[in-house]
Amino acid sequence: MTELLQHLVNGVSLGAIYALIALGYTMVYGVLKLINFAHGDVFMLGAMVGWYASARWTNEARDPSIAGALAVTLLAMVVCGTVGFVIERAAYRPLRGSPRINSLITAIGVSFFLEYGGQYLFGPNPRAFGVLPHRANFIGGGISVGYVDLVTIGTSIVLMALLQRIVFHTRMGTAMRAVSWNPSVAALMGVNIDLVISFTFVLGSSLAAVAGILYASKYPSVHPLMGLMPGLKAFVAAVLGGIGNVPGAMLGGLLLGLAEQLVSGYTSSSWRDAVAFSILILILLVKPSGLLGRTDAEKV
Amino acid sequence: MRQIPARLLLCALLIGCKSKEQSGGGTGGGQGTIVVGEVGSMTGTEATFGVSSDRAIQLASSELNAAGGIRGKQIQIIALDDEGKPEEAATAATRLIASEHVIALLGEVASTRSLFMAPKAQANKVPMVSPSSTNPKVTQVGDYIFRACFIDPFQGYVMAKFVHDNLKLSKAAILKDVRNDYSVGLAQNFTESFVRMGGKVVANESYSNGDVDFKAQLTNIRNAHPEVLYVPGYYTDVGLIARQAREAGITAPMAGGDGWDSEKLYEIGGAALEGSYFSNHYSVDDPSPRITEFVARFKKAYGGQLPDSLAAQAYDAAGMLFDAMKRATELTGPAIRDALAQTKGYKGVTGDITMDQNRNASKPAVVLKVGKGGKYEFQGRIAPEDTATGAPEGSPKKTEGNTAPNPAPGNVPTPTPMPELGATSPAAAAANTGQPQGVPSGEHPKK
Repeated sequence: MTELLQHLVNGVSLGAIYALIALGYTMVYGVLKLINFAHGDVFMLGAMVGWYASARWTNEARDPSIAGALAVTLLAMVVCGTVGFVIERAAYRPLRGSPRINSLITAIGVSFFLEYGGQYLFGPNPRAFGVLPHRANFIGGGISVGYVDLVTIGTSIVLMALLQRIVFHTRMGTAMRAVSWNPSVAALMGVNIDLVISFTFVLGSSLAAVAGILYASKYPSVHPLMGLMPGLKAFVAAVLGGIGNVPGAMLGGLLLGLAEQLVSGYTSSSWRDAVAFSILILILLVKPSGLLGRTDAEKV
Repeated sequence: MRQIPARLLLCALLIGCKSKEQSGGGTGGGQGTIVVGEVGSMTGTEATFGVSSDRAIQLASSELNAAGGIRGKQIQIIALDDEGKPEEAATAATRLIASEHVIALLGEVASTRSLFMAPKAQANKVPMVSPSSTNPKVTQVGDYIFRACFIDPFQGYVMAKFVHDNLKLSKAAILKDVRNDYSVGLAQNFTESFVRMGGKVVANESYSNGDVDFKAQLTNIRNAHPEVLYVPGYYTDVGLIARQAREAGITAPMAGGDGWDSEKLYEIGGAALEGSYFSNHYSVDDPSPRITEFVARFKKAYGGQLPDSLAAQAYDAAGMLFDAMKRATELTGPAIRDALAQTKGYKGVTGDITMDQNRNASKPAVVLKVGKGGKYEFQGRIAPEDTATGAPEGSPKKTEGNTAPNPAPGNVPTPTPMPELGATSPAAAAANTGQPQGVPSGEHPKK
């Protein structure tokens, strides 16, 4: 019984990270109907900036403090937000009017650019990461819960709530939903589309930075290809929950994390990725709109 | 008609490339230099393996060249990067054999990649010496494939013996990398030896190289209550596993093999690794004079950097190959192969190396403990099973300073003080024409 509980706890903490990455995916998709495959690599950049800020430029990693961790995270968010802005401006905006497949392929190109550019810039070797102050695990009744895990779960819930608030209770959110509904009509109503889309990208990318920092704190090995797998898994999570739907991303992430942990706990870890991607295939076959996604007719 | 000039141009280009490559390589039996190929993972998650090996091989060859080379000819090493990918290792071996016409191959470090290279070497009758691929299958590929290290059964045996006899523990759990022949081989042989000695394996879990989350496996392991956790993986994975094992509440010491040997291990795993043990080919703290001398020369050549065990082995692999080339009746693949097969008592830095009939090196292993702050503490030497009759040579207590590492009498491979290493002259140490690799950059092995 403790074994099952421990697997569940581990699953939730892994799922919280997937959820955090999936939030950025789902938001960009919600507004632009673009699957931003470079999201996982912006996530990597966030972790990398965190490494530089904590281990190279300062001594934060050796003597971590909460204030330091917040400062590092803020810096990573600013850098990734800027990168997200530049990516949208340089790679996606010129293709906005063209068929969706063009943007999709470009997104893959941007992803490779960041991965291999990262290898050139940072070198391919993994680096050790440490930003959050070290705390002992909470062990009670044979179940151990990591400090980083609690922070991750808390952060994802707070950010999800915040996003939900931005999308449904601010002027910018209203504009985002308007653009999502129909960009040209929104433009006719006086919505500044460029601004809304840039804002979406900056927001999504800075969320990726937070996820990067937390992921690297949990698995302290940072390298340029670290975004690949989590990016794909988060994509599965976003689709599972209903892409474009903020609470859906959270739900999808948690379910995926649980599924992975239970699979590696009770069968073999070799099956884990296979199961994760089978979930993607299954959900696309059975309910393409995702668990919480709404099914609306394709507009022609 | 139009196409002809273009085709001519293409031909000219191709010829140009070809002749350029050959002038860079030269032929094996040619006039000025003897060309030896090297394949290693200079980039990727196991980059430190390739870079360390490369440095040692460059050091060995520059020392040899400064001492006059082989039969008046200088050795030239052509090193290719395989990015840690098996397919790339095979391609690199083919390229070295076909277009650089190398007379022998050094590499690879990892068994998985050596297994991809070996068929190419065997098919072309080019002797290949792997410095540190410990999987038994590597030399089974054919009679041209050698290694300068012991094989997996031995490392598994060493750790099983150390855990059982020295640590006096009898319940072990195993966490192995199923996608890596090396890890699977060590785990299998650890299990066999440990069970034969009377120990019990209470959990047997696996992961895949590149995974970052091991919580599920570790939860199962924790519930089996092992006294020791055997993780025969590579350093990046082991570092992460160590942290998560402690987070999962496993307090038993961890144990592993030579794949742990990298400065990155402690950087990633940190304090979670303290008190763990691993078997290795050599230790910089080993007080034997051969080792202290090698360490001094390596440090001098590479700005004070300490040679890790892969460097020591690559140095021995190169030295053993050069030694065989000197003894060979002529400088051809088959003749060098025969000379290599007859290697007996070669005085390498990692011990006296004798080739057995399966072209595996027979020599002792050391056990190291990860101490406070990531410092490796020398625990003792364990000799091959058929030669050692009793307990491991080293006592589990820490050997310090100049105390002889082998207090137990009557055991076989006792290193004797040797002024010279192999056949190269120590005076040649100063000549360093090797190309120190900086932070390696390039592609990543995983996809």
